[in-house]
Amino acid sequence: MNVVVCVKQIPDPAVPGELNPDHTLKREGKLILDESDSYGVEMALQLRDAAGEGEVILVSMVPNHEVSGLRQALAMGADRAILVSDDALRGADALTTAKVLARCVERAGAVDLVLAATESTDGYTGTVPAQLAELLGWPSLTFAKHVEIEDGTAKIQRQTEAGYDDASAPLPAVISVTAGVVEPRYPSFKGIMAAKNKPVDQVTTGDLGLGPDDLAPRQRIVNVAAAPARQAGEKIEDDGTAHERIVAFLEELKVI
Amino acid sequence: MKIWVFAEADGDAPTSATLELCTKARELADVVECVYAGANAEALAGPLGEHGVTTVYAADPGDALVGVIGAAAIAALVDEHQPDLVLFAQTYDGRDAIARLSARLDRPVLTNGTALRVDGDVVTVGTAIFGGNTLVDTVFEGPKPYLAAIRPKSFAAEPSGGAPAAVVPVTGIDAGRAAEAKVLARHTEEREGPKLEEAGIVVSGGRGLGSADAYEQLVESLAKLLGGASGASRAIVDAGWVPYAKQVGQTGKTVKPKVYIALGISGATQHMVGMKGSDHIIAVNKDPEAPIFSVADLGVVGDVHKVVPKLLEALQART
Repeated sequence: MNVVVCVKQIPDPAVPGELNPDHTLKREGKLILDESDSYGVEMALQLRDAAGEGEVILVSMVPNHEVSGLRQALAMGADRAILVSDDALRGADALTTAKVLARCVERAGAVDLVLAATESTDGYTGTVPAQLAELLGWPSLTFAKHVEIEDGTAKIQRQTEAGYDDASAPLPAVISVTAGVVEPRYPSFKGIMAAKNKPVDQVTTGDLGLGPDDLAPRQRIVNVAAAPARQAGEKIEDDGTAHERIVAFLEELKVI
Repeated sequence: MKIWVFAEADGDAPTSATLELCTKARELADVVECVYAGANAEALAGPLGEHGVTTVYAADPGDALVGVIGAAAIAALVDEHQPDLVLFAQTYDGRDAIARLSARLDRPVLTNGTALRVDGDVVTVGTAIFGGNTLVDTVFEGPKPYLAAIRPKSFAAEPSGGAPAAVVPVTGIDAGRAAEAKVLARHTEEREGPKLEEAGIVVSGGRGLGSADAYEQLVESLAKLLGGASGASRAIVDAGWVPYAKQVGQTGKTVKPKVYIALGISGATQHMVGMKGSDHIIAVNKDPEAPIFSVADLGVVGDVHKVVPKLLEALQART
């Protein structure tokens, strides 16, 4: 079973974000593996191991040559990675991202399944998995909170507004997984050492057959402004009676 | 300007997010029409018409995914009908639909919109980033139709008293292999009280609760007692304590209740963007420096395990 996992290397979400003068997101510091993607990586490892054969192949894109986030996923146990590193990808939108990733999936060889998070933590457009599936001409099962593969068919529990649906699709397919779908493992020391020697196939958009026309932005930021700030109100220290103040506040609001 | 709205249903009625989009579209466009993939389009025609929609193009998804068939239906219709802008709610099926359509038509998307403006032929989508601290306006360039997904609760739904929309069936839709994804069974999770996005009171819990058990004992009990809904921060969704559907924030739902009560939530930017629009915010957290206090109307520096049981007791004593 060959599983491709789309992973994104992002600035540490704990550090407040900033924009460059050209309105792209600042990515100067060290990039880390988007935690949302660790669930897809873990799921892929479990599926490969259950099948007893095959590879877990990471695909990722960055405007610089950053690999530290990829190494984290390789240390968890992924076999190899394809990294599209190209300055032309600075500020790439979701559809462009999907086009690049689709070429990577084709480059990866015979692939049974592509896994992705439902959205990235930094850009969170939230459309890449289904865009990728459409470009590949594959079915997609989105928002999976449980995944099983049996006899060439993927069965998932798909999150819905009302609860969840049991849904299925024949492979090859794209599945987007929600956080918490599996418990991601921590890389072992052995895994971290092994990751240093795992192959990372670094390619440019040109290597993938994509030209400037394929990457040209078709949306433009025209204004960036600070949102009106919300004022902090009353702040009290609990001395054992704070609940009384909360009750009084709810009474003032006439909700109790 | 002709605007299309990808309509979604909850049972036999349009979702509130759909009606919000129709109301906004009516303000911006001369013609508002819907594309719908689902059962019983006739039942939706009345409420959609009341919100300004003249025509509903309706496709039958069978057991395929609604977003997949919806996208294929729109793709089949755009050449003939030439909509300038197609709007989707930022929902599970809405996201499937806009994504599939984007790749199929080779058009970019703007998602997570919270504001929408039309000036002549220029369409501007406003989004809030960095936890809602920064507002970004983006315009589409290149060929139409433009595709945008808007977060539910961004606009108010208001009827205008229009006649029922005409229902036009769409047949012969080709979604290719995408249609091989099938829904086998639907499960409705029992919910006591109101929906998270529609509740007047939302009680949310975060990592400060310490355990999934505490979520049930403190957050769910308080929500139930107040007749509200329970929500969660991303941290405890990631930890598997509660399902993704309860997540409030950037990658979850936006809520704007009358009262939002945050228990053991520090207030990461990821969370704040989903709840900052609440009328009133109450926060209980041990850490006096927690960012949640910067937006709270009433902030209690204290242990949720001490404050909330007493609060539950005091509220129970009143009933």
